[in-house]
Amino acid sequence: MSRLSSGGLIDRATPLAFTFDGRSYKGFAGDTLASALLANDVRLVGRSFKYHRPRGVFSAGSEEPNALVELRTGARREPNTRATMAELYEGLEATSQNRWPSLAFDLLSANQWFSSVLGAGFYYKTFMWPAALWEKLYEPAIRRAAGLGRAAEQADPDSYEKAFAFCDVLVIGGGPSGLLAALTAGRAGARVILADEDTILGGRLNSARTAIDDAAPGAFLARARAELSALPNVRVMPRTTIFGVYDGGTYGALERVGDHLSVPAPFQPRQRYWKIVAKRAVLCAGAFDRPIVFGGNDRPGVMSAQALRTYAVRYAVTPGRNAVVFANNDHAWSAAFDAADAGVKVSAIVDVRETPPPALLAGATARNIRVIAGGEVIATSGKCLSSITVRTRGGTETLQAEVLGISGGATPNLALTSYFGGRPKYDAALAAFVPDQTPPGLSVAGAAAGQFSLAQCFATGAAQGVAAARDAGFAATPAPLPETGDTPTSLSAFWHVQGSKGLAFVDFQNDVSAKDIAIAHKEGFRAVELLKRYTTLGMATDQGKSSNMAGLAIMAELTGQGIGETGTTLFRPPFTPVALGALAGHHREKDFRPTRPTPTHDWARKQGAVFVETGLWLRAQYFPKPGETDWLETVTREVKAVRSSVGLIDVSTFGKIDLQGSDVGVFLDRVYINTFSTLAVGKARYGVMLREDGLVMDDGTTARLADDHYVMTTTTANAAKVYQHLEFCLQVLWPDLDVQLASISEQWAQIAIAGPKSREVLAQVVDAPLDVSNTGLPFMGAVEGRVMGGVKARIFRLSFSGELGYEIAVPARHGEALTRALMAAGAPFGITPYGTEALGVMRIEKGHVSGNELTGQTSARDLGLGKMASTKKDYIGRVMAGRPAFADRDRATFIGFKPVDRAQRLRAGAHFLPLGAVPVMENDEGYMSSVAYSPTLDHWIGLGFLKGGRARIGQKVRAYDPVRGGDIEVEVCDPGFVDPEGERLRV
Amino acid sequence: MLLIPCPYCGARPEIEFHCGGEAHIARPENPAALSDAEWADYLFIRKSPKGVHAERWLHSHGCGRWFNAVRNTVSDSILATYKMGAPRPDIAADTPAQGGK
Repeated sequence: MSRLSSGGLIDRATPLAFTFDGRSYKGFAGDTLASALLANDVRLVGRSFKYHRPRGVFSAGSEEPNALVELRTGARREPNTRATMAELYEGLEATSQNRWPSLAFDLLSANQWFSSVLGAGFYYKTFMWPAALWEKLYEPAIRRAAGLGRAAEQADPDSYEKAFAFCDVLVIGGGPSGLLAALTAGRAGARVILADEDTILGGRLNSARTAIDDAAPGAFLARARAELSALPNVRVMPRTTIFGVYDGGTYGALERVGDHLSVPAPFQPRQRYWKIVAKRAVLCAGAFDRPIVFGGNDRPGVMSAQALRTYAVRYAVTPGRNAVVFANNDHAWSAAFDAADAGVKVSAIVDVRETPPPALLAGATARNIRVIAGGEVIATSGKCLSSITVRTRGGTETLQAEVLGISGGATPNLALTSYFGGRPKYDAALAAFVPDQTPPGLSVAGAAAGQFSLAQCFATGAAQGVAAARDAGFAATPAPLPETGDTPTSLSAFWHVQGSKGLAFVDFQNDVSAKDIAIAHKEGFRAVELLKRYTTLGMATDQGKSSNMAGLAIMAELTGQGIGETGTTLFRPPFTPVALGALAGHHREKDFRPTRPTPTHDWARKQGAVFVETGLWLRAQYFPKPGETDWLETVTREVKAVRSSVGLIDVSTFGKIDLQGSDVGVFLDRVYINTFSTLAVGKARYGVMLREDGLVMDDGTTARLADDHYVMTTTTANAAKVYQHLEFCLQVLWPDLDVQLASISEQWAQIAIAGPKSREVLAQVVDAPLDVSNTGLPFMGAVEGRVMGGVKARIFRLSFSGELGYEIAVPARHGEALTRALMAAGAPFGITPYGTEALGVMRIEKGHVSGNELTGQTSARDLGLGKMASTKKDYIGRVMAGRPAFADRDRATFIGFKPVDRAQRLRAGAHFLPLGAVPVMENDEGYMSSVAYSPTLDHWIGLGFLKGGRARIGQKVRAYDPVRGGDIEVEVCDPGFVDPEGERLRV
Repeated sequence: MLLIPCPYCGARPEIEFHCGGEAHIARPENPAALSDAEWADYLFIRKSPKGVHAERWLHSHGCGRWFNAVRNTVSDSILATYKMGAPRPDIAADTPAQGGK
């Protein structure tokens, strides 16, 4: 065990058991998976992406490039989880990834011996030829060899939420500057949200021993946390990452509600995706400690100097028996001192600078730490680090070290400042990019702004808190700052140890070495965005948080340009990976959109209906009876019942639009191809409406109930589209028309009864004096009256089936009662409920067009409805419908089909070819759009579009269906298969 | 989140709206009298300026009303909204988005 005997923010009274690669270990509450693994001497935690090199924990935060694991098992398995961000919980199960057969012995680590050919751009160079091998050979092989974790491959059992929050001041990051910003704005009365990706507030203060107000940082933190939680206008959101900045001061945030538990608490989501709208925001996201590039710098045991401090101080872990720090800056020295003071044996500090500040030298002497000034680490050895080789003026020397804390300086965490296109600027004194232009309403404080010392963090945090609160309209005043010794931050820019031994890594996660940067330079991929794509520097889950700076600096050295001129790649959201599940929230599976049951849904369910989704609606598809063996048998029975007696179907799903006003007739004349202003009151008419491009948008019947009152029906599928179209026409095209629209689709239930006995059934439910006789309510009549002893109703004598038929509309709440009344009245006639299948069969028998024909690519003439078009008025689509191509005699138009051998089955989707023609596109003459087995004719029938259309009635063509192996002869016929003269519906 | 001020409802999130393309295009009174070129100009030809642009917007998940908006297509900022039928306000240039330092 490498756990220090005292100290740390862990709860030693709460031990937690966990497993890594199947082995059991113990940690404590307050540990991360990374700290618990280090405490158990597990230093090798993963294999690298390309070369499968052994890797250990590099950081202690969200920038972690190496320690990626698969967390949890089964459906909850989550790949590429950063062990540094995974809080330990009882029973945690983690597995290393990208290794085979095991983490300790990985055969693909042989890749590293071929690093000379696997360098930058090797995909593009090596697998050029033959191209045909890409899909079958190269890509699968590369994907097996180079990869990260495995997805769960099962549905995620957890739920996710979306939420909104609003505040005056959003503080991003709860370190020293964030605490001061939140306290200052909160004391002024502003509504403050303080979000931090960590479990506890404090940021680097949780990992430091620097005195604040002459006490350990814990005392200051306790006061600050207590004050923040006591302020009712301050909301602290731990475990919450602000990952994006958007228009209008909107910030995307991911709250990990249940990630620190084995399963989320009851009724709690796993994660919550917040949209936080803030009048002002202060970015206090701190900085990353970046690596130095030298040979063997990726060996397990090499970590950032600040991570070494964090593991020692916060987690009471010594990540190796003998620690050495290699750095170019003062801040790494204070990390070494804190680690030593916490109990880690720090044997040496290697600094590239010839003369480190005297105060630091004194500190090292006091702690008995050897100082090697002007030294560079040039090699490391051991599978996990055991020793390092240091080059000094006097030659080389080998030092024993199980942990090497490296630091090339601090890189401000400023990604959020550039999400609006702002480019950071280079500060040579800091050897770092600092924010320049920021998104509207966002200011920056503390280390994220390059203000690295603790005193600077407090001062800028407080100042930006005051400024933000004032901008949001609050009279904020600066408060006294906590007293602290100014932690030193001088550094000497240093990126890359020349002449070191072995592969020197710039980007650990993508196995990009200094040599790869040189290759990219040599081959001309010098611009930073090209460098990134060519070498993969800064890609994948960590997006180069720790690696980008050194990569840019090395490229700048090679080109001779300054780092500022070289620039950085553009940062893009999200700041850290966001699960798609969190972005989707509850919008998945059946929750993605509502299910709309019809008014008779429950009744139909009790009748044993099989339902089908039509758009959002659930409609009865057919009503099987005991003993019926398949749907065709059921549907055939339903059709025969309608044609011989009477049947009933719920047609409430049709769109219904109420139109009132003195100009409705004029309006309808402009949107339909036929005329409605002349429609008599009490009558209905079938209408076709076009889009302005001349193609059919929708069809349906519209009835006139009064001079200034019409009711339109649309197809089920186009109900919303037609309504929107009419609104557009009224509001935008012709606002001067006196027309009011209302969608009444859901307010009215509409039940159709059809069949020769339907009038006798209807007569039993209508109230006197409503007359539904052939003279009282002739074909295409529309009347208002009462049914079932007082229920308001609209009755339309319409027919889709071709039989005598009525549609009775009642307020939706009476839909089921009406259905029951009609069923009771029809019982002596054997009234049969039927579903959408039988409805479809009967409309095909009648040759009516439906959704399969109204494809948005068919004109009224194509559908055989051209004669309906008025020539006496303008209407939407008229000009374009007159295009010569639409009148082409060779254009495929609507027609019926039957198999020459009547025993054969037709298939919708089959294409028509001349008899004997080769099945190639040039010979294509059209296609079958709808087919049905006709119980009335006792053979299959079809509708479709054929070149030449009606002129070819009587001819035979080939119906070719290569997808399902169909190839039969069909005869072209009139689409009206049953009662083409329409005598039955007028009786 | 972009807030769009609906002239009827006030500022609402952009997800409640749909853009309907260039504004102030009247449907010709008598399309049959137009040449093909004139008709094509009405039906197909739209400006796509880099900068200030007047567009039709629909508050589809709100009041259901169409209105017009002047928007800067570069910064995606809405500079003005006004009811259908009202004249286009005279907005020559956009105010650039202000960023802090």
